[in-house]
Amino acid sequence: MIKRVEITTKAAEMVAQLERRHGSLMFHQSGGCCDGSSPMCYPAGDFRVGPQDVLLGEIAGCLFYIGAAQFEYWRHTQLIIDVVPGRGSGFSVEAPEGVRFLTRSRVFTDEEVGELETEGPPSRAT
Amino acid sequence: MYHEAIEKVSKQVLIRDRYDNFIGGKWVAPAEGRYFDNPSPVTGKRLCSVPRSTAADIELALDAAHKARDAWGKTAVAERARILNKIADKLEANLDLLALVETLDNGKPIRETTYADMPLVVDHWRYFASVVRAQEGGISEIDAETVAYHYHEPLGVVGQIIPWNFPILMATWKLAPALAAGNCVVLKPAEQTPLGILVVMELIADILPPGVINVVNGFGVEAGKPLAQNKRIAKIAFTGETTTGRLIMQYASDNIIPVTLELGGKSPNIFFADVMDADDDFFDKALEGFAMFALNQGEVCTCPSRALVQEKIYDRFMERAVARTKKIKQGHPLDATTMIGAQASNDQLEKILSYFDIGRQEGAKVLTGGKRAQLGGELAEGYYVEPTIFEGNNKMRVFQEEIFGPVVSVTKFGDDDEALAIANDTLYGLGAGIWTRNGNRAYRFGRAIQAGRVWTNCYHAYPAHAAFGGYKASGIGRENHKMMLDHYQNTKNVLVSYGTKALGFF
Repeated sequence: MIKRVEITTKAAEMVAQLERRHGSLMFHQSGGCCDGSSPMCYPAGDFRVGPQDVLLGEIAGCLFYIGAAQFEYWRHTQLIIDVVPGRGSGFSVEAPEGVRFLTRSRVFTDEEVGELETEGPPSRAT
Repeated sequence: MYHEAIEKVSKQVLIRDRYDNFIGGKWVAPAEGRYFDNPSPVTGKRLCSVPRSTAADIELALDAAHKARDAWGKTAVAERARILNKIADKLEANLDLLALVETLDNGKPIRETTYADMPLVVDHWRYFASVVRAQEGGISEIDAETVAYHYHEPLGVVGQIIPWNFPILMATWKLAPALAAGNCVVLKPAEQTPLGILVVMELIADILPPGVINVVNGFGVEAGKPLAQNKRIAKIAFTGETTTGRLIMQYASDNIIPVTLELGGKSPNIFFADVMDADDDFFDKALEGFAMFALNQGEVCTCPSRALVQEKIYDRFMERAVARTKKIKQGHPLDATTMIGAQASNDQLEKILSYFDIGRQEGAKVLTGGKRAQLGGELAEGYYVEPTIFEGNNKMRVFQEEIFGPVVSVTKFGDDDEALAIANDTLYGLGAGIWTRNGNRAYRFGRAIQAGRVWTNCYHAYPAHAAFGGYKASGIGRENHKMMLDHYQNTKNVLVSYGTKALGFF
């Protein structure tokens, strides 16, 4: 099964570290300006998702969502969540650690696209 | 150059090694005594330390704001306007210093802070000092003996969360209308760029009654969140991105308070074939309009980051547009001839580089730029990116997400219908640009593009008195206009019967 979202080892370690402080976490992919295009990491349940959100997958034990409208423009790419030194912003929990989660991306190959189509669209949040 | 600048601002005693929060008219240390380093994007080196505040500091600031709110709300508008004008005068008298501080804090060229950001800041205070004097309530005659009076009343205490791309200007866009309308404010600057607002507070501290503006620094999750969730604010204003915008709306819904949000865009800049009817001043202006994607290193919510060029002029236009872009002078932000400076933070730099990667993977062609700029010397660790032009199609992610860097994605269109379809094929609707010599077409497009601001034969002008704000996912509410007063006021209706007879119902 092809994953629509992955996480680097370094980012997964950061998630584990943050979970010790904040408990279970979740991600929501942002769009727009300033810190748009950044993945936002919150205590699980802190950000209310709904039918307008797509559950893209699970990384390091955290559910990863993206807005359904944004997903339509992003669906041909796999997201790879990494972590880099940074100041951060928004209410994402990693910022005080002096790091920022970063969305890297990879364009799916034609075979992968075919397989993803067979699997059908990812589920929506409820 | 950097060290000379630091020395210059240090001498004026306005830049300190360590700052505190500005609460109740005083500098107050954060409750937990923690601070974080604020690096300058110019060099990547530490500039000063700033409080790492928590909920306790937000509560202190709210205490001060609530203490001040009744008196400020009842202060005559003439007096409030006088104070706003005094703030404008003070900032204008210190314009060069503020421009320097803003450049050190944000990395943008001194040319822009001196000739754009700071003059706009000064004018904005004056604009709201003026319009609040001209605001009127209303009287409606319901019948011969019944009158409805409408008063504007301040909301009370409001929360404001400021972005890092125009730190002092964006704070001013929010503070000036809020104060003019009679509110007290708790403001959280962006953690990337806290210095400028703190220097402003230092300058204007003795002009304002204590508690009218309170500035609490810190990270979004630790200081912004307890502000946005707080039941003691009557409104929250935020500029940023969509996920945080949604989260802030969710918090606001818990307290049933209004929000205004500005969440960015992916603004199309459309060049019709007739711009090349002559190689004249107007065409030169249009080429400058194309290159505007590099203004402020592309860190503008309305960055014209999608250029749509009509097919029949495409090759000739792009040849000139690429040449114009290559002339953009990148360099030391403190050099008065520099046109493009440093990105505001390392993570911002990393994000832009990640988009270079995805753009290439998607098959977009790099016409110029496409990599980090290595400027060497004291700038070696600063965050610099070459002005970049991608060529591709509107379904690519570099056409759909605000990269917030000096990056434009260019595509071509055949006719008006196609231009409009591409322009509106985006989740956002903040800004747009149209370049044409045909007034009829300009009018049609100005109305048909789903965006809050359509620049017509110009771009990136932000005068007070022109409403600014988003359609679609770009946000809620407007800034920069007297209508902002409404965003910071309640309407009080007093319905009075002057009749003396009972209705006869009971």
